[in-house]
Amino acid sequence: MFLSNLAFASDTLKHAEEAHGGESSSWMLHHIADSRTIDLEPFGHINLPQFPPIHIGGIEIDLSITKHVFFMWIVSLILVVLLSLVAKSYRKQVVPKGLANLVEVFVVFIRDEIVLSVIGKEGLKYLHYFLTLFFFILLCNLFGLIPYGATATGNLAVTGGLAFLSFILIQLAGIKKHGLIGYYKGLVPHGVPGFVAPIMFIVEFLGLFAKAFALTVRLFANMTAGHIVILSLIGLIFVFKSVLVAPISIGFAIFINLLEILVAFIQAYIFTMLTALFVGLSIHQH
Amino acid sequence: MLEINPGVAIWTIVTFLILVAILRKVAWGPITEALNRREESIRKALEDAQRAREEAERLMEENKRNLARAEEEVQRIIREGRETAEKIRSEILEKARKEADMIIERAKEEIERQREQAMLQLRAQVAELALQVASKLIDETLSTQKHKELVEKYLQEISSSGRA
Repeated sequence: MFLSNLAFASDTLKHAEEAHGGESSSWMLHHIADSRTIDLEPFGHINLPQFPPIHIGGIEIDLSITKHVFFMWIVSLILVVLLSLVAKSYRKQVVPKGLANLVEVFVVFIRDEIVLSVIGKEGLKYLHYFLTLFFFILLCNLFGLIPYGATATGNLAVTGGLAFLSFILIQLAGIKKHGLIGYYKGLVPHGVPGFVAPIMFIVEFLGLFAKAFALTVRLFANMTAGHIVILSLIGLIFVFKSVLVAPISIGFAIFINLLEILVAFIQAYIFTMLTALFVGLSIHQH
Repeated sequence: MLEINPGVAIWTIVTFLILVAILRKVAWGPITEALNRREESIRKALEDAQRAREEAERLMEENKRNLARAEEEVQRIIREGRETAEKIRSEILEKARKEADMIIERAKEEIERQREQAMLQLRAQVAELALQVASKLIDETLSTQKHKELVEKYLQEISSSGRA
């Protein structure tokens, strides 16, 4: 944590100089926003590979690897390595030990408390999706708290991508259970008078997108907010141009950092829980 | 900060889908399978334990029943033994009393017989003793003068009366 603060500080100094004084807040955004480089200040930075943008249907899509994509891949790599080790440890003995024990707590929790209790037995088909979702979001969240790390989940494109997948899963689960027409018909609750039904259908249909949108913004905002608070607290030192502010700023920053660890778990849980809830709703429509 | 880079979104989707596929194969499959296996074994162990307990309870119940039956049997045997002993005791007593009575009866008869015999012997001896005493008395009185005179007198009386 101190190291990460140190990295912030050195970087901040540089940017403050560039912005001619401590008035600009662009340095904060620099930490939070995506970029094409991985900053390793004060050791310089690594440029990530760039690709020329491609145009599909008038939309310019830049498939260049960015900082957040890079960290998503690191997270994925860690997950694959760690979890396959855990899976291997089960092959030797059924009684979990060490890391397997930790992973098992979450796996059992997601299976029993989220999937089985919210969706039911049918949800077990999608268990691997929820497990991956939880661990992926959790690790992405936590990566923003370590030095030089970046929070991929603090990017609307990333949370939007995840929410899009959840949206697809919700629709597919519903369609698989009730059929294409049956599912969209079932969006309108029973016992609604005939003339209200079309309006209800539009509302419910928009609601499907609203759910995904809410998922997107909730995760993004939560992950971004904590970082902005930490950066602001550190920034106070440079705003007041006094070392005396440092102990208070750092103290609060550490407190917020600890809070962020809690938030990282809570948000991963909420995203998984809500996705499961929506899948459950689309499966059990009535 | 609020702009959405479609490239990153596509990368997210691609990365995540591949991650789901890989993890499903290498991690979630084996892990959930191991969990299910373990839960199954625990459930089975619990069921076995339950069954064993029920069996033990059944056996204990049976033992208790057997014990109660044995207890009853013992009580019965003791009661019967006591009754038999009582019967034998009273029989023996009865017999002993009869025997005692008989012995007493016989002793009485014997005594009676002895007594009578003794009486007979006594009577014979008494008569003999009386004779001896009488003869001794007679011998003594006749030897003295007085009696000589008395005899003389009697003889005279007899002779005078004879002449008259």
